[in-house]
Formats: sequence, structure tokens, C-alpha cells
Amino acid sequence: MENEYIIEMLNITKEFPGIKANDNITLQLKKGEIHALLGENGAGKSTLMSILFGLYQPTSGIIKKNGQEVHINTPNDANDLNIGMVHQHFKLVECFSVLDNIILGVEPTKGLFLEKKNARAKVMELSEKYGLMVDPDALISDITVGMQQRTEILKMLYRDNEVLIFDEPTAVLTPQEIDELMKIMKNLAKEGKSILFITHKLNEIMEVADRCTILRKGKYIGTVNISETSKEELSRMMVGRNVSFSVNKKPSKPGDTVLKVEHMTVPSKVHGNNAVKDVSFNVRKGEIVCIAGIDGNGQSEFVQGLTGLEKVSGGKILFNGQDITKASIRDRSKMGMSHIPEDRHKHGLVLDYSIEQNMVLQRYWQPEFESFGFIKSKAVREYAERLIEQYDVRSGQGPVTITRSMSGGNQQKAIIAREIDKDPDLLVAVQPTRGLDVGAIEYIHSQLVAQRDKGKAVLLVSLELDEVMDVSDRILVMYEGELVGQLDPKTVSVEELGLYMAGAKRDPVPEEV
Amino acid sequence: MNEKTKNALLSIVASLVCIVIGLLVGFIILYCINAENAVDGFTRIIKGGFYLKPKGIGSEIAQSAPLIMTGLSVAFAFKTGLFNIGAAGQYTVGVFGALYFAIILHMPWYVCLLAAMVCGAIWGAVPGIFKAYFNVNEVITSIMFNWIGLYLVNELMYNTIPGMYDQKTTRTYKLSSASPKSLIPDCGMNSIFRTSSTTIAIFIAIAIAVIIYIVLNKTTFGYELKACGFNKDAAKYAGINEKRNVVLSMTIAGALAGIGAGLYFLSGASEWNPQVSTALPAIGFNGIPVALLALSNPIGVIFAALFVAHISVGGAYLPTKYYQPEIADLIVAVIIYLCAFVTLFKGIVANLFKSKKEQKANANADNGKEEKK
Repeated sequence: MENEYIIEMLNITKEFPGIKANDNITLQLKKGEIHALLGENGAGKSTLMSILFGLYQPTSGIIKKNGQEVHINTPNDANDLNIGMVHQHFKLVECFSVLDNIILGVEPTKGLFLEKKNARAKVMELSEKYGLMVDPDALISDITVGMQQRTEILKMLYRDNEVLIFDEPTAVLTPQEIDELMKIMKNLAKEGKSILFITHKLNEIMEVADRCTILRKGKYIGTVNISETSKEELSRMMVGRNVSFSVNKKPSKPGDTVLKVEHMTVPSKVHGNNAVKDVSFNVRKGEIVCIAGIDGNGQSEFVQGLTGLEKVSGGKILFNGQDITKASIRDRSKMGMSHIPEDRHKHGLVLDYSIEQNMVLQRYWQPEFESFGFIKSKAVREYAERLIEQYDVRSGQGPVTITRSMSGGNQQKAIIAREIDKDPDLLVAVQPTRGLDVGAIEYIHSQLVAQRDKGKAVLLVSLELDEVMDVSDRILVMYEGELVGQLDPKTVSVEELGLYMAGAKRDPVPEEV
Repeated sequence: MNEKTKNALLSIVASLVCIVIGLLVGFIILYCINAENAVDGFTRIIKGGFYLKPKGIGSEIAQSAPLIMTGLSVAFAFKTGLFNIGAAGQYTVGVFGALYFAIILHMPWYVCLLAAMVCGAIWGAVPGIFKAYFNVNEVITSIMFNWIGLYLVNELMYNTIPGMYDQKTTRTYKLSSASPKSLIPDCGMNSIFRTSSTTIAIFIAIAIAVIIYIVLNKTTFGYELKACGFNKDAAKYAGINEKRNVVLSMTIAGALAGIGAGLYFLSGASEWNPQVSTALPAIGFNGIPVALLALSNPIGVIFAALFVAHISVGGAYLPTKYYQPEIADLIVAVIIYLCAFVTLFKGIVANLFKSKKEQKANANADNGKEEKK
């Protein structure tokens, strides 16, 4: 009789000097199932997958494939065992076509020449079979992130992999692309592929997975059947306590207007049209206003115009009554604007600086940290230590840790600590919870609400519908660079919000509230 | 041991590995050319200035000073994410500044040194302005300004300004006769080393290296410059004026190279030959390997420059009976060339310890929480 499990990782323990990253973990993957691996940042998911993929050797424990014990010493061994992985950051050659990327490393040759005809046929067939619909001749640099991910999936299929590991595949996708990926994953499972799905998004697990294994702090917590569990139970197992999904907050008491945007227009860098067209609205003290919309509808350009990273071509920005349309970034910051940027690696942090140096990125020039041109290193250290403590930023070596070596969640916490601690009148938070686990998301949401309750204005830009509905006091929907609706999260339904985001519905937006 | 010390140690090991491999290749070349005398020749190179004490040591010190400055020039720009390949040109223009103020204006040495600095700074600033405001790659403008500077200086000294060029020696006038007070004081070092150009220039260079180190690591200005170098976008996000910083960084880099020229020529080590000087001064270009070998650390630059000066002087003592004079330059060039591979070696050295280190780093990241308990 054929073994029920295609991959078994039995009693895996992985010790690093002084630390057990995996402590007696057992993971059994059935043939043809979608098995989710759930855990907070740093729970040991990546270590476990690295062991399966041959990047690490376990200290103890065995791996079996189809009941036979196997030793996976290198990623090549994993490949030979038909184990494939889609990494969170894709491994694709930008200037190659989809087809060239798929055959890269296993190029079919005829004599000295490439023989791509059969490869193309095979790719087309696979693409058809699993509904991937990828154009084999398109250049990677020209296609969307979602298509790039499909190319990665095709790479695994082309190599006849049976076990497919997806490492947080939805972190980079739009809601539509996520839906499509879910369909593809179900298709793959139906055709007999076994899928390991690393994630910390509970909705996705509930939607596609058959079973779920939960890790916490390197330990095995349990494996559950998704049909017999709930989101609440999963999050309890993952975090070790109850997590509230709805944000606790009192009704908002908006005060004076802090930010007033009048007919703002920002040109696009990609095409000739304006990315932001004639946008007008205001944000008052003590309220969280959320700009919702599908990615790429001008939100990024809007934020860049608002914070001074890019020049606006028309309109006016009034901040606390002053015209800041042409003010420098530093001046906006001085006047009390904080900005949690969309891309924490590009804008938010100098990754090669230590965490304490990053903590003062917006204030190193203030008298508190500077005298006669010299940085007061003691003051910086103390300040960083306070923020690290207060905002629970975890790192290997405290304030001197190089920021690059920290986990994404803790990098984001560091930015949030820095921006909130400036005590700004207006906090511009752009996708502040992107790629974070539920524990961290809960924390960041509570911080945003705390700012609001302190009487500060918060402008949240988010792609996550749950976040939009839970956190905001007022929703503005942006579609193709225009504001197409102002909605009340208490009365609007997710479906209706979706119609506005997709451009199917629009109302005039009042300039004054 | 924290990450910083670990990284510093790694850098030092990598630089040493580089030097050893460079020397090894140098020895192999010597051996191939003349096997019998290879050991003797190689010993002379390794001994450097110490082969001919005390004169050799004196000239080693004299050569180190300008090398430290051009090394600093390149290293400083590197820290801001710029490649200052124009140190040679800035140095050349600096030579003019120093000699004009000395031979024509008869100014004291420190004024001449300042003039050299200002000239170098102007020559560095132009590529910086082009880079910041017109987005022209600084490498291209720097290289063009190298040649513009060279021919401009030659023209000025040879034709335009009478009184700088000595027809008899076909060089600029000797400072010892034309303007003795423009010579940097030697404080008796010339008599100790029995040389004519060993002055306090070396101490000035070391002091400037220390100042640059402090500026980069302890001041808000250095903080801004490095932020621009590491991540331009984040610097902009933080409200740092990255365009101004690019110009300032290139200006300072140019000033450092200019000081280097002043230190060398105001020590009386050499005179400029406008007719023959159709090649850019090697000291300018050798700043690049010095900066690379030092991994752009200003304190490291001091030692890297001393080393490069050491083997350059040693190369001059190769027995010309067995080795053509060019061979000495070749060997030295090979060693310097290999020094430029230091980042590569750093990667290799890091890889040797990688399995151990990386696992630990990952474990730290994974289990930060448990550690906290």
C-alpha cells in the first residue's frame, strides 16, 4: 500500500549555538493536500523549511519521503527529490523571457544549441493544465508581480516537482491576484501536487488549506484540520493568547482640521497622464481617515506628493493652516508630519545603519542629539534603548544591531516607534502592517488608534480591506487617481466598498466634512 | 564581541590576505624573470625603505603623506556612494595652487597648502555639481576633469605665467632657492634620515585622517553623508538634502587630494615638469587602491598608504643588473592591483566562517524572543 504521507519531518530539532530554533517538530504532508504552516515572525517556520530544502541540517530528527528516510544535504538533493520552492523574493532574471527563466538551469540542448521547441510545448501544456495563462515570450521586467510568481510556479512544475513550498506567497500580491493564486493552488492540489503553504494570514488558510501545522517560538503546537477549526482557534494557537480581530476603539471625536488638500494633482512617472487627479479632502484631529483602493491607483504618488518626496503639479496642501505645497521634506517633518513609508527598505530605513542610528533618522539634528555638529552618541543610545523597550523592537544585539539583520516585523516596529515618538500632529501611515503577523498587526493598529485618541490626525493608506474596515473612522476610496467616494466604515459593507474600489460605483466627495 | 568589532576584524584579515597574495604573485613574477636573484630582489621589496636605512625610511615617509591624502580623498567619496576617480586631476590642480603661491607669491607654506586645498576643492566640486544637479555620472566628469586639469596646469606653468618654469632644469623652480619659507618645516627630520624632503607633512596627513574619521563617525554631517551613501532614498525621506551632500562630498574629496599635492611639492620632494608631465600623477590614482585596501576606513588609509609607499620605495632598490627598472614598477603595480581585490577576499574570508556565523545570526533572528527571556 502506498504511504499516506509524501513528506514526513519527524521530531526535527535544530539547535544553533545557544538557541533551539526548532524543538522536536513533526510535520507530515499528505499527498495532494494543501498544508499550511502557521506561526509568528521568528517562530521557526523558515528554519524548518530551510531544513526541508537542504539549506540546513537538522541537529536531530529524520525526514522521510514516501516512507523512505532521505538525507537532504543541499538544495540540489531537494530538487532530485522533486521538492520545489517559491521564495518570497523571486529568483528570476529580469531581462529574460518567461520561458528562458523556466528552463534556466535545465536548458534542453541539441549539440551546442538551445532546443526550446519542446520546452515551449511543455510550458504551454502546463500553463494550460493549471490555468496559469502565462505568456512564455514576455520579459520578466514587463509582467506583473502576480505573473512573475506564476513563472516561479511553472519553474517548479517544469521540473516535475511533487512537493511545492510556497513561502508567504501572498505578501506581494493584490487582492485579485491573491484570489487567483488560491484557485491555482487548489488546482495544483487537485492534480496531485502536495503543497506546503507558509503564511500568517488566517483568512487564506481558512480558504484553501486542508490542514494546518502551528509553530510557536520554535515549538510544535499542533496540527489541525481546517474544517474543524476557526480563525480564533488558529490565532490562539499561534500567538498563545486570544487575539481580537476587531480593533477596540471608542467613537472618534474629530476636532479642528489638521490637513487640508485642495485639488492636488501629481504627474505619473510611468505614463504621460497624472497619477493623482484633482484630489481634495481634509483630515481632522482625533480621526483616522483611510484612503482605500486597489494597488496602483495613485495612492503611492499621492503620498509622495503629500510628504514632499515628489513635486505636485497642481493644487494646494494646507497643514495646520499653513501652505506647505512647496515646503521641503525636513520642514514638513519639523511642522509635525510623520510618515510611515510604504517601502520600509527603500525609504524607511538605512539598512546598513545600526538600529540606534535609524531611530534618530528624523531627529539626529535636534539639540537633544546634536551639539556643535557632533552627534551625542550617549543620548542616541539612551533614546534608542527607550524606544526599543517601549515598542518591543526585538533584535540580536540591541541598539547596535545592524538593521539589515533584523526581521521585517521588527524593522517595521522600529519605523513606527520612530515616527510615533516624534509626537506628530499628522501621522501618514502607508500600509503599515504589510507582511506582518497578527500579533504585530494588532499592536500597530492599537498604536494608530492610540494616536487618534490622543487627539492626533491619522491618514492611513491601505490595501487590506480588513484594515480599512476595522481601523478607520472615515474611508476615502481612490480609483485611477481620483477620490470616488467617502464612506462610513460603520455602515458600508465590504461588498459595497469593493464596488467603489473597482470603479463600478462613484459619488462626489465633499471637500469639507 | 559585537557585529562592528567582528566586521572590523574581518576587514583587517581580508586586507592582510590581499597583501600576502599580492606579494606572492610579485615573487612569482620575479622568479619567472630571474630565478637566481628572485629571493634577493623580493627581500628588497619587502624591506622597502628599511633596505637602505635611514634614507629609505625618510623617503618612504615623504611618499606616504600625499598617498594618505589621495587615499582619503577616494575613501571619503566612497562613503557617500561616489567614486572619485578624479583624485589625480584634483591633485594636479593642487600642485599648481601650491607652486603658484610659493614661487610667484612667496607665501609661507601653510598659505600655499591652503591654496592647494582650495584648488583641489574646486576641481572636485565641479563633477559633484554635475552629478547632483544634472545627473551626470561623476566617474565620467572626473576623468575628463583629470585631463582638463593636467593640460591646463601645464599650459599655465609653461606659457601663461612667467617665472614658474625654469628653462635650465626644464622644471618648475626649486623651492629651496626660489622660496625657502614655502617649504614645510622638517623639524630636523631631514638630518635624521639624511634626506631632503622628509618633513612634518606625514603628521599633517595623519592628523587629517583622524579628523576625517571623526567627521564621518561622530558628526551629524558624517551621519548625513553616510546615509546618502548607503541609501539615497531613505536619506531623502529623512529630509537630508542629498544633492547638497553630493557636492560637498566631492568638494571635500577634492580638497583632500589638493592637500596631498601641497604636502608633496611643498616638502621639496619634486618639481613639476610641464613638458614631460603628459601623464597624470600616479599618486592620484594610487589613492584608489589605498582606499580599497583600507576598505574606505580613514584610519585604515594611513596604514594602507604606508604599505603602498613601503613597497614602492622597495621596488626602487631592485638590482637593475638582473631586473629592468620597469620590473620594479610592474611588481609594485601587481601588488597594488591585487590590493584592490580586498572586498572579494573579504567575501571569501567571510564565507570561511559563514556556516557558523550565519546559523547563529538566523538563530538570533528566529529566537529573539526566547533570548529576551
